[in-house]
Amino acid sequence: MPLKNDCDPREGDRIMDHINVKVFVDPASPVNPADSVAAFHRWIKEGNVCPEILIDVAEYLHVPAGPGVLLIACEANYSLDNRENRLGLLYNRKTTLEGTFQEKLAQAHKSALAACDRLEQEPEFGGKLKFDRKTLEVFINDRLLAPNTEATWQKLKPELQTYFPGAKLEHVGEPRDLFRVSVT
Amino acid sequence: MRPSNSQWKAQLSTRVPEPMASEIDVFENEIALRMQGKIEDRIFAETRLRRGAYGQRYDNGQRSDGTTTRTINYPSVPTKGPGTLWDAPGMQRIKIPYGGLDAPQLEVLADLAEEYSDGIAHITTRQDVQLHFIHIEDTPALMRRLAATGITTREACGNSVRNVTACPIAGVCRTQTFDVTPYAKAITYFLLGHPDCQSFGRKVKVAFSGCKDEACGLVRLHDFGAIATIQGGKRGFELWVGGGLGPVPQQARLYDAFVSEEEILPIAQAMCRVFARLGEKKNRNTARLKFLVTKLGIDEFKRLVVEERKILPFDSRWTDYLKDVATYNEEALKPSELLQIGAAQPEGFGEWHKNNVYRQRQPGYATVTIALPLGDITATQLRALADASRKYIKETVRSTVEQNLVLRWVSEADLPALYADLKAAGLANPIAGTIADVSSCPGTDTCKLGIASSRGLAGELRTRLAASNAAQDEVIGGLRIKASGCFNSCGQHHVADLGFYGVSRNKNGYTVPHFQVLMGGEWANNAGTYGLAIGAVPSKRIPETVERITTRFRAERLDSENFQAWVKRIGKAECKKMIDEFTAVPTHDEDPSFYSDWGDPREFSIGDIGVGECAGEVVYPIDFELVACEREAFEAQLQLEAGKVEQAGKTAYGSMLHGAQALLKFRSGVAPDDPNKIIDDFRTSFFDTEIFFDPFVKGKFAQDFFNAHEEAGKPRTAEKTHQLIEQTQLFIEACYSCHSRMTATPAKVTA
Repeated sequence: MPLKNDCDPREGDRIMDHINVKVFVDPASPVNPADSVAAFHRWIKEGNVCPEILIDVAEYLHVPAGPGVLLIACEANYSLDNRENRLGLLYNRKTTLEGTFQEKLAQAHKSALAACDRLEQEPEFGGKLKFDRKTLEVFINDRLLAPNTEATWQKLKPELQTYFPGAKLEHVGEPRDLFRVSVT
Repeated sequence: MRPSNSQWKAQLSTRVPEPMASEIDVFENEIALRMQGKIEDRIFAETRLRRGAYGQRYDNGQRSDGTTTRTINYPSVPTKGPGTLWDAPGMQRIKIPYGGLDAPQLEVLADLAEEYSDGIAHITTRQDVQLHFIHIEDTPALMRRLAATGITTREACGNSVRNVTACPIAGVCRTQTFDVTPYAKAITYFLLGHPDCQSFGRKVKVAFSGCKDEACGLVRLHDFGAIATIQGGKRGFELWVGGGLGPVPQQARLYDAFVSEEEILPIAQAMCRVFARLGEKKNRNTARLKFLVTKLGIDEFKRLVVEERKILPFDSRWTDYLKDVATYNEEALKPSELLQIGAAQPEGFGEWHKNNVYRQRQPGYATVTIALPLGDITATQLRALADASRKYIKETVRSTVEQNLVLRWVSEADLPALYADLKAAGLANPIAGTIADVSSCPGTDTCKLGIASSRGLAGELRTRLAASNAAQDEVIGGLRIKASGCFNSCGQHHVADLGFYGVSRNKNGYTVPHFQVLMGGEWANNAGTYGLAIGAVPSKRIPETVERITTRFRAERLDSENFQAWVKRIGKAECKKMIDEFTAVPTHDEDPSFYSDWGDPREFSIGDIGVGECAGEVVYPIDFELVACEREAFEAQLQLEAGKVEQAGKTAYGSMLHGAQALLKFRSGVAPDDPNKIIDDFRTSFFDTEIFFDPFVKGKFAQDFFNAHEEAGKPRTAEKTHQLIEQTQLFIEACYSCHSRMTATPAKVTA
């Protein structure tokens, strides 16, 4: 479905709502994503692991290259995501935030990293889970405001360069995908 | 609220047709009014249900972590229905009439799954699509995006005419009488929003089949089911009414052996009027059409429909569509070309071809089934499927009641290439329609009513059966397994060779997830026979139970005897003996895994009430009494099987009395023996106080008991007795649940 892309750089803060950050698991890290089910249930039980209101765990390991195991929260979902058969911790912001897009991107990124830190320590993984914190992807989960086009990329590239100084940024995916940038 | 939500309306203004655009505007306004407190929450609940926006587990703000019930502190106060909190995510059901989907629709489902849900679209047992964890504010934008591709969610839930289902191979089927697709489509849009369908007491489910003997549209479990037939050269339908599953399963009655194609829509309309006028409204447990048909009798029901038909004002839509029916046909993209026998094929192609490819009535073409695990498909896979549907066919895709998708009109010569594309997308699992292709309702994963994890069980069985290559087994490969999370039967367990529905039992001071086992239901003949439950087995021992039953069937069947015939031959007592060895539950210390459900590490509990280990180690006499009740209910089955109808009815009723007596004894230490006194005391202590009430069906099970008492001593047909036995089993389950609630330590609630 071709979409109008009438957003301009001044709307950057609005575009940057619903930011997703995925931090990839180190490919050398031999982990079973099913182990995250018990860990996520425990996070809900403990109640103070994440700032979001945690609701439930959804497990989709039966579908190949899918969303894996999700910790559903009211404001965001955390997941051990396996799309494209690349395992990683995905933070998917669902509700809007106040602030500049730098602040919103920082919130998503920090939330993802905090979840990585916590998950690495969970006993189910026995110390084997390691995230490569320098290999990640940023998505914007809104096709209307941020279609996966060159135009969106050109608008958001300066902001991403500011946030990830020195990192290699690459606009990836096909037009039907969410707007998506690889950061290494 | 997403910033883009408000912009989708303008973006799609030219693509959303009327009246869908106005209907979504109205719903959006109703959301705003509810937020302002200007619509009552119970009214808003039915409003959103009629838009397909359903509740989901934990939307009451309570969640058990196994030992403690926690409050989920959703941010805002309003409710979107009684006990349903505004910010709690819910499920969106999307109607897919007769399962028909094209490529843009697959793509929009992919986009919506990613943007508003959890990345998964779920195919249901009624050819719908469901998205989970949806926020109510997002639903108008979601609906507009669907509407732009021709999909409505209107009347996907609520007391309305639900999705009209039809055989997924209608039109390409080798044994069909004729293609029912245009009729299913016509009735869908004729009844959608029809004024005569707005005041039902419950839902109405409609199905169409092209063949009588195949499973096809499962007509006999529907409120209104039509099987294609030709009489004197004219097209028409064998019409069945009043079928349904749920707590009181009932097979549809034959309304008429031939209703002409000109009359099928007006008869449906007249039936809706009769149902709206005479169907139960106050007690939702007896409000389905099946109860009205039973109450009136099929002859009187038919007389009323015929009378109503006579006074219907003429509507040209009854027959307008018929002028296009004769020429209705899907087209192929590619010329018909046979598969090259002997040519090198991709690895795994043969196995896939055997189970997943159906040779169409049109030479050189095939229908390919995509076997989806638990009905789930990812956004990426939906796009891959959309691509395949453009590359190989003219986007002729359908969903199925077995929670799969089919691609129709594939040129046979393209099958290897299509297989390779599907395999690359993870969509070439070679188990379609086999024992490993287990279907299941959402169960405790997301459903508020679920008792046990039907999806967890189905996933486990699927994995084990696939690993043992059971799908390719000549004898058991074709068996069907279906699981439901509770007695409401959304997994259609009654019509499987092996069916399961979730229950719970108190064992060793804990609540333990179990599944009732049903054997011998019939999928063919449009769901020709319903299986009866023979006993409850702990969830964790169901895989062993399946293994035992299938191994024995493989070893003992005579010639080409099918599973139903084998079950009948060996008898229910023998079937029960088979499962009895799996009913033992080890102590918590010996094996704590029995006390959690499949795929869920929490200690099992029913609902959000923390029963857990706090119930102590006491075994009450009632535990033994209720086991005896189960045994009596089973004896009633055996008597019915032996043709002792009257005795079976007495035994079933006696089992109910026994259960009620057990509860009375548990409550007061003593209980009367006189049936009238038992009824009176039970009514006072358990019904009037609502202690016995099920959270969903309220006092239904007690009412069944009272009815059985009133009917005691009167002659019953075999069918009525069958129904009484069903009711007895559910009454006993309700006794177990009631006992669990009475012995539960009040849950600790923490914020």
